[in-house]
Amino acid sequence: MASGVKPRVKVPKSAAAGESVSIKTLISHTMESGQRKDGDGNLIPRSIINRFTCDFNGQNVIDVTLEPAISTNPYFEFEARVDAAGEFKFTWYDDDGSVYEDAKSIAIG
Amino acid sequence: MKLKSLTSALAVLALSAGAVAAAEDSELIINGDIEIVTRTKAPAHMENIDEIRSGWTFRSEETQALQMDDFDNPGMIFVDQARETWDQVDGSEGKSCASCHGTPEEGMAGVRAVYPKWNEAAGELRTLEMQINDCRENRMGAEKWGWNAGPMVNMTALISVQSRGMPVNVAIDGPVQEIWEKGKEIYYTRFGQLDLSCANCHEQNYDNLIRADHLSQGQINGFPAYRLKNAKLNSIHNRFKGCVRDTRAETFKEGSPEFIALELYVASRGNGLSVEGPSVRN
Repeated sequence: MASGVKPRVKVPKSAAAGESVSIKTLISHTMESGQRKDGDGNLIPRSIINRFTCDFNGQNVIDVTLEPAISTNPYFEFEARVDAAGEFKFTWYDDDGSVYEDAKSIAIG
Repeated sequence: MKLKSLTSALAVLALSAGAVAAAEDSELIINGDIEIVTRTKAPAHMENIDEIRSGWTFRSEETQALQMDDFDNPGMIFVDQARETWDQVDGSEGKSCASCHGTPEEGMAGVRAVYPKWNEAAGELRTLEMQINDCRENRMGAEKWGWNAGPMVNMTALISVQSRGMPVNVAIDGPVQEIWEKGKEIYYTRFGQLDLSCANCHEQNYDNLIRADHLSQGQINGFPAYRLKNAKLNSIHNRFKGCVRDTRAETFKEGSPEFIALELYVASRGNGLSVEGPSVRN
């Protein structure tokens, strides 16, 4: 597993029903592209987050495929309409098979 | 030929004017809470500048926005890493930073604002890096960190965060006056094949473009700075080194007496601006 990986998420605590809220996510990750060489000239193997998803109450909000050209610590900001109270689930998939998860609840009012 | 050079000169003028307008009325408030002074009256010792400006005022709106919310500021990732280091026991004495200083919030408020600072017991001027290493060596019995090592730069960022919004206020008189004078001399000395002093760019030509770069006043109130070009935090001396290298000179080393003196002098040129670190720059 890549070291020092830590997901961070920012979701408002509450929203009006039907309101679009802004969601920010950031995961610390080296996003090694597989193109670079180390000091001895050997290729450093690719190690990136290759997929990011966000679900709200079981319904998919966003599903992103990440490519090697995306830089260190990938950051996503997107909007989601909230019709009812519930939970946002965030999932990041690492090349090495690790899966990182985070979740945030949002209330209506 | 003459016409061509005239139009390109005009284009440069128009460009730099546009860049100024973008930043003219913007204010920096972090997390909607911490108000940062990014423009203020120059300290009395500065003869050639009336208003000092944080490097933040010279950056594009997009880069400026990254610093307005800690979630958007990529430098805060490294602050989080330092927070873990803060609590980790290291060295022969079985101590961590927290053993003596408590939480960073308790122990480090106001510290960044007054460094580099004279240490009476040791009889030397100390930068934050030197003070951290003194703690590690003599109190913790741990190995010193390199000036530019990840944990060192990250720790200076964690310490800076505790002083954000406080005015930079380094002392320049008393025992440090001689070092300060030396720093000033370095600031105004031309180095390298390009024959440039710090002042040539950052005092006489700030707000102008040097090729594609928008020159700032070279203030260090925002350090350590997260640079978009290398995606990590950068120390003050590392930036000095980059600048001197760009004049095509042999540079001084990080932690050298020359750079320590220069850091004191440059910090004193920012007396009155708020501590911003970790800032976001390009």
